[in-house]
Amino acid sequence: MVTAIHSDSDLRRRAWEAAAQVVDPEIPVLTIADLGVLREVEVHDGRVEVAITPTYSGCPAMNMIALEIELALERAGMPRPTVRTVLSPAWTTDWMSDDGRNKLREYGIAPPQASRSRRALFGEQQVACPQCGSQNTELLSEFGSTSCKALWRCKACREPFDYFKCH
Amino acid sequence: MAAANITVSETPLVLYTLRRADDALILGHRLSEWCGHAPMLEEDMALANMGLDLLGQARELYTYAAKVEGRGNDEDKFAYLRDVRQYRNLLLLEQPNGDFARTMVRQFFYAAFADLYWRAMMRSTDATLAAIAAKSEKESAYHVRHSSEWIVRLGDGTEESHRRAQGAIDELWAFTGEMFEVDDSERGLIDAGIAIDPATLRPQWLKAVSDVVHEATLVLPDNKWMQQGGRSGRHSEHLGHLLSELQSMQRTFPGATW
Repeated sequence: MVTAIHSDSDLRRRAWEAAAQVVDPEIPVLTIADLGVLREVEVHDGRVEVAITPTYSGCPAMNMIALEIELALERAGMPRPTVRTVLSPAWTTDWMSDDGRNKLREYGIAPPQASRSRRALFGEQQVACPQCGSQNTELLSEFGSTSCKALWRCKACREPFDYFKCH
Repeated sequence: MAAANITVSETPLVLYTLRRADDALILGHRLSEWCGHAPMLEEDMALANMGLDLLGQARELYTYAAKVEGRGNDEDKFAYLRDVRQYRNLLLLEQPNGDFARTMVRQFFYAAFADLYWRAMMRSTDATLAAIAAKSEKESAYHVRHSSEWIVRLGDGTEESHRRAQGAIDELWAFTGEMFEVDDSERGLIDAGIAIDPATLRPQWLKAVSDVVHEATLVLPDNKWMQQGGRSGRHSEHLGHLLSELQSMQRTFPGATW
């Protein structure tokens, strides 16, 4: 019995590590662990079940991510894994790791600001340019190239940039 | 042979969830019709993005309705294999896009409601509906802000944009009452804390809408008569045309995938 429990926890740890390496297909510098999309890994009768939570309701990357998790686990020698979606509690950009925020910035996308309150969505936002760091920026469009991004422009270096929206 | 309609056993919770799912799907589809036709690139992306948010909400709601119903239906069957009379969306949302002003007025009326509605629904005693609400309210907040800005820009813009925005308000106003209607089926869910009573949101909605319309130098019509029927499957002629396009592939090639 003891051995079985140990091997389950070992399998769960290895499964988490494998799943955590899966990246967001639209922002390949971020893993699903960085994003906070990976919620739980369970082992039932030696089979792995991974729970993920969707980011934006219509994000088409979620189907791809689920498939990539299954492939990653199969490659790591875990047969017939399953991925289930959990809706509650609802994902928020506050779950993004600090490491993830830094990686986003280095990639050229301004990371989401911590949302102190929902109505922060409506306040004046100060978004720093990910290229030059200037705070002298302006919003071009609240809807950008993917559902998680808005389009901004830096008035100092004149470069347009993506901003990962608070959610 | 064309695929047959599914049958749905509309218990109160299934019906409730399908109504909201249909709202999101139908408005999302209308917005998708703008793809490649919007007046400028940023707006093309904005309309498609809002449509995508709604499509995502619809998928979550349909999936939940299927789970509650437990009779082998799924999100695709609900979307593709029900006929006009089986759809439960608000009449407002199936109205044709018309010009850009009309699309924005429709979006504004609905988003101002959805924003309040989903925020209130976060208190639902149903954990799945509360979670869907938590996501939808954030998205609705963007939609109401975006459409509000356009109402002001159009109303307080040129003579022509003002005329078109006012015309759209006058035409669509009679469809706004249905958002606040409650029938017996839904009353039970409200009493149980699963749903919230939309009628309680009406004063707040009216104030939010009036403030923007006033700033836009536009006016809300006086008429109190309101159109309804969508919630029980009595639709305008426009929904059938929309569905014939939305469903054509699955009706012609049942089960087709790619």
